[in-house]
Amino acid sequence: MNAVASIIPLAFGALRRNRMRSLLTSLGVIIGVSALIVTVASGEGAKAILEEQLATLGTNLLIVLPGSSTLGGARGGPGSGKPLTHADLLAIVKGVSAARYAAPVDRTVVQVVLDDQNWLTTVNGSTPEFFAIREWTVARGRFFNSSESDSGAKVCVLGQTVATQLFGVGDPLGQVVRVKAMPCEVVGVLVSKGQSSQGQDQDDLVVMPWVTFKSRMMSQDRIHVGSILVSAVSPDEVSHAQTQVMGILRQQHRLSEAQLDDFTVRNLADLAATQEKAADAQTGMLRNVSAVSLLVGGIGIMNIMLVSVTERTREIGIRLAIGASENKVLLQFLVEAVVLSAVGGLVGILLGIGGALALASTMGWPFVLSPFWIFVAFGISMGIGVVFGFYPARKAARMNPIDALRFE
Amino acid sequence: MVPKPIIQLAGITKTYKTGEVEVHALIDVDLVVESGEMVAIMGPSGSGKSTLMNVLGCLDRPTKGSYLFEGHEVATLQKRELSALRLSAFGFVFQGFQLIARTSALDNVALPLVYADVPSGERRKRAEVALGRVGLAGREDHTPAQLSGGQQQRVAIARALVNRPRLILADEPTGALDTRTSVEVLGLLQSLHKTGITIVIVTHEPDIAAYAARRLVVRDGRILCDDKQVPHDAAADLAALPEKAA
Repeated sequence: MNAVASIIPLAFGALRRNRMRSLLTSLGVIIGVSALIVTVASGEGAKAILEEQLATLGTNLLIVLPGSSTLGGARGGPGSGKPLTHADLLAIVKGVSAARYAAPVDRTVVQVVLDDQNWLTTVNGSTPEFFAIREWTVARGRFFNSSESDSGAKVCVLGQTVATQLFGVGDPLGQVVRVKAMPCEVVGVLVSKGQSSQGQDQDDLVVMPWVTFKSRMMSQDRIHVGSILVSAVSPDEVSHAQTQVMGILRQQHRLSEAQLDDFTVRNLADLAATQEKAADAQTGMLRNVSAVSLLVGGIGIMNIMLVSVTERTREIGIRLAIGASENKVLLQFLVEAVVLSAVGGLVGILLGIGGALALASTMGWPFVLSPFWIFVAFGISMGIGVVFGFYPARKAARMNPIDALRFE
Repeated sequence: MVPKPIIQLAGITKTYKTGEVEVHALIDVDLVVESGEMVAIMGPSGSGKSTLMNVLGCLDRPTKGSYLFEGHEVATLQKRELSALRLSAFGFVFQGFQLIARTSALDNVALPLVYADVPSGERRKRAEVALGRVGLAGREDHTPAQLSGGQQQRVAIARALVNRPRLILADEPTGALDTRTSVEVLGLLQSLHKTGITIVIVTHEPDIAAYAARRLVVRDGRILCDDKQVPHDAAADLAALPEKAA
């Protein structure tokens, strides 16, 4: 070990004697590594944003929609076919063991009025489970409870946007707003969720009990349900829950083996997986590009080391002639190459982190960079030094000292 | 017990192949050098004296023949073993100084000790002592470019003796130096010789060879003559030389 330790200062000395060249040689690795770090960090940042947005939809979420009908060859959208019923909901609540909550959702767009203010928004009729499924929390007040829900109480919860539009900075709690001519007491205001990944304002809504909605907003129809939200007990159980829901609905709708589903079950986990895959593919491609630039950096190191070995032929001759073993000369040049690439790697990591931070703040991403990638980047740059430094080092070590001393 | 000669060559032949042509650089050379001798090897260029020097210094292996160094056969050693022998027993003063550029005198002198795995503190101490012996105390931090030719050659001599060699080989040690500096360098070698180190000088100048007690003349790959002489005393000659013009 002492032998190795005494060779390392020789390598550093040689690099110091050629500062400018050492810097330029490292530049290839610096650029490659910082590109890699920026790529990985922006990939991870984009992914984090995506996950955050998907999380606001409610994880483990299944959406059950009525099926489409086909009329004379023209296929309608969801809802044109057989509608879902409250009985379907009850069957899901009863029969789907992989589901934690299920809630009906009906909605309509109406004008909400407070004194001289008014605002056009989407009014949702649902049950308290809705808030649990969508993972909403209240900023102020409370959700409506089960008894209010069952009895059809005239209460509602406002989204942040609606609250701001109607009340400004005032306190909406306990106030009465008119929703399609129905006076309705505000019991809570939801925490803001911001925009969805599609750019929709998720805070522009009013939620009231489903019974109230059905009796006051619709024409007293308490049988049909616009859609049903279901949350699975865990992310792993989402597809299990989906199968169970589909089985139960087929039973409910008395479909024979030959008949197609007359409903649709959307799985948001699938959507998330698809989006993540697309993001991963992009990041992966950029990562390959930075890997290529690292390779170019490595070749740059080999190139300069070969030039350096030729230029320092006489120096190598002196070392060999006074009795340096081949191994020690090899080691010295290898250490020089590894130091160039490792220092390049470290500088590249720092620059890359700086670049990723700057990018994250301009793009409004969170800055995410797992230490794993820092170790990978450093490991790769060390490896480049060893691989691309070996050939020039061996060339130096195998010189004939007599010829090397005479080299002009 | 009779001490073994430090160098004992028997039937040493060295043949180089340049394309189809074979060049016989050394032909059947026999030579015995006793420990503590100071020998000058003379000869015109192309005579084979450099090849002889390379073989003696274990930088090159003979094609044929036996080389006993301190009684041990070295003609058949592997490269690795030859490196180790050069490091431990030999000191080299190469033609044209051969110092490492942009590196301090101290680091240049300490270089053999690095490869001999001497701890750094001791390396520094021994290199300082060696520089002191060649009269360069205080110049430890000078790089070769900051030293005169004579000083550079003295750094080279300090490097040759830092690992306490039994044999110092000097190839044209005064090649690029003026007369006065040449005599100074020879005086230094003579003083090292007095401490018991065997010294072999390769030169083409009879003036330089005159400072050795034994003179070999090599021509066409053979030792032409081998005679003893009373060596000049460099210290006395130096006193007689006019002072260098300022």
